Amino acid sequence: MKRGNTPLLIFILVLFGFCLWVIWPGNGIFGRNEFTLGLDLKGGSHLVYQIDLSKKDPAQSDADVIDGVKSKIERRVNAYGVTEPIVQSITNERGSFVLVQLPGVKDIDQALKLIGQTAELDFEERVVDSSGNPVLDENGNQEWVIAKAKGSDGQERELTGKYLKPNAQVVLTSQTNEPEVAFEWNSEGAVLFEQITQRNLQKPLGIFLDNQLISAPTVQAVIKDKGVITGLNLEEARTLAIQLNSGSLDVPLTLVERRDIGATMGEDSLKKSLMAGIIGSAMVVLFMIAYYRFSGFVACLALVVFVVLNLAVFKLIPVVLTLPGIAGFLVSVGMGVDGNVLVAERLKEELRRGRTLGAAIEEGFRQSWSAILDANVTVFIACAVLYWLGNTFGNFLVLGFATTLFIGTALSMFTQVVVTRTFLRTLVGLGVAKSPGAYGVAKQ
Amino acid sequence: MIDLVGKRNWFFLISAIVIIPGIISLAVFGLKPGVDFSSGTAMTLSFDKGVELSQLRQELTDLGYDKAVVQPAGEGDFFVRLPELSSEQTTNLKDSLQTGLDTNITISSLYSVSPIVAAGTVRNTFIAVVVAAIGILLYISWAFRKMPKPIRWGTCAIIALLHDLVVVIAVFSILGWVAGVEVDALFVTGVLAVVGVSVNNIVVVFDRIRENMKRGVSRDFEVVANYGIIESLGRSLNTGLATLFVIVALYLLGGATTHTLVLALMIGIATGIYSSLCIAGQLLVVWEKGLSPRKKVATSPA
Repeated sequence: MKRGNTPLLIFILVLFGFCLWVIWPGNGIFGRNEFTLGLDLKGGSHLVYQIDLSKKDPAQSDADVIDGVKSKIERRVNAYGVTEPIVQSITNERGSFVLVQLPGVKDIDQALKLIGQTAELDFEERVVDSSGNPVLDENGNQEWVIAKAKGSDGQERELTGKYLKPNAQVVLTSQTNEPEVAFEWNSEGAVLFEQITQRNLQKPLGIFLDNQLISAPTVQAVIKDKGVITGLNLEEARTLAIQLNSGSLDVPLTLVERRDIGATMGEDSLKKSLMAGIIGSAMVVLFMIAYYRFSGFVACLALVVFVVLNLAVFKLIPVVLTLPGIAGFLVSVGMGVDGNVLVAERLKEELRRGRTLGAAIEEGFRQSWSAILDANVTVFIACAVLYWLGNTFGNFLVLGFATTLFIGTALSMFTQVVVTRTFLRTLVGLGVAKSPGAYGVAKQ
Repeated sequence: MIDLVGKRNWFFLISAIVIIPGIISLAVFGLKPGVDFSSGTAMTLSFDKGVELSQLRQELTDLGYDKAVVQPAGEGDFFVRLPELSSEQTTNLKDSLQTGLDTNITISSLYSVSPIVAAGTVRNTFIAVVVAAIGILLYISWAFRKMPKPIRWGTCAIIALLHDLVVVIAVFSILGWVAGVEVDALFVTGVLAVVGVSVNNIVVVFDRIRENMKRGVSRDFEVVANYGIIESLGRSLNTGLATLFVIVALYLLGGATTHTLVLALMIGIATGIYSSLCIAGQLLVVWEKGLSPRKKVATSPA
């Protein structure tokens, strides 16, 4: 056995054992106990909104508006109760966008309303003519105007949702069991609300969300610090409470990309891919053993190490596994035998030339190394370009493929060369498979 | 020994038979862009009760979506492609279809892209292809720096690479109008991955040819090239086959999401094996000696 081989063998076996332990369900370090599945595998929704910066307040900087939108959406999504949501802002030459991923979300329509609405709440008074009669528009609907009052510093202010405390909640009325949103004003809001309820006693006060009238209750008493909003169903009330607490968006959003994957569809795809992976890999194993005999067998041992190492890396980084990601991994399994094929072919040649087995193995690896390295460089170039492409698209599918193919190719260089060589040396040192026939060399 | 170089004109003819109709199809029909590139809404609908293709199509026409593309998606599901719908329109469409077809409908997947995103995707894809091409060119000029005539070898490698890409794109163009296969971002992903794999095959073969030149296998470049190709035969075929096993399994058994990616890889890798063995080295010989095959003198090296 070659010097230095035993420590290397021990290292590989320990690494293998560790990785095997890591990928076992429930095991893991750094709290990474499960594989991270992408949206396409666990179901959910991937949304991209364009942020309309042309509507922003000129006093605000673009970056502030984008950050504000992002953090408000984060608050909305978290309050909605989605596990592991992703909210990212993307700015490129086409504009500014915010990307939202909601894994496992069931009622997408409701989520879309929650996230995309500006949720600007305001309180409005009826417009009346000089004799006190309500003014109607051409459709016969009441006209409204935003209620204004003097703030604590004497300035005239509009009564809007920005004076609310972030503690709105849904309550059910005791009599009718109907949902309503209970809110509290902050000190400034209380000053305004008091004056407005005072002058509107026994008159309706319109509550508008994004210029849509939700309800127009009649003011029964002068109120200072709190109130309720009625006229909503339970879902709407819940959504509104979350929106009021997270604050209204400074600019409107437009949904520009939407990808929904049903949970069953994801599960089904995962099963199908795993089945394809198992069958494909089994064929690779059978083929390698049938064609390269002993070298093929050793290559398959190395392939097992490769798969286990790779899965452990996926779990620990963690890599978000998507369907194309699994495809990338499986392609790297197939291409991962390339190094073994190169070596096994060289080995056969060297044996045919009459070298001893030990010398042929060393020569086979020595000669193949540059080809293995060169061959993988092109795949790395392709992966790098794809990674960039996936990133600028915000396309998690492309990104998934590039990531797993890159990791797979890099790891396979290690297993093809180091692991295969160590195993071969060890087994040959133990006196296994001595005849050239075991390497697929025909007897002359 | 098999003479792969001597039969080069046959190989060129075979490639031409695939490529020329492919290019005509590309010129006439182009590629069928998916939602990623052309914007719109695509969805897969599952029905609680069996629904016929014609019924669904009729219902969509009645609802004003007469340009909708409807295709069966297996297991009674249908794939529907429409102009971009807002989320309200999507919900309304689903409700109307449920009433019209008298069955409960689940939208099992939906993908909707607005023109602004689609335009950006087209642009970025273009940049990615250019960047990949530059990267590969740099790599090729580096990998072939040791070759006797780097420009010549590099050019032949690039022609062989383009050959593979044209075949993949041409097949997708033909499948586009024959079977309604669309190209999406994952198709581009597949094509770029094919570039990586294909160049690597060509480099391995060229490396062998160069090694044989150094060893002085023969004075005749044709013999040297053939020898190198034959020596690479085992490696190219076996690695390619191993990769194809996995890819074919994925194509047949994997889900619909990755179909375009896997199909592009499958065609590209198969073509790559062929071109690395039957086109790339042969091009070198043609450049050296012209198109006429040599007279049968020495089929084995001196």
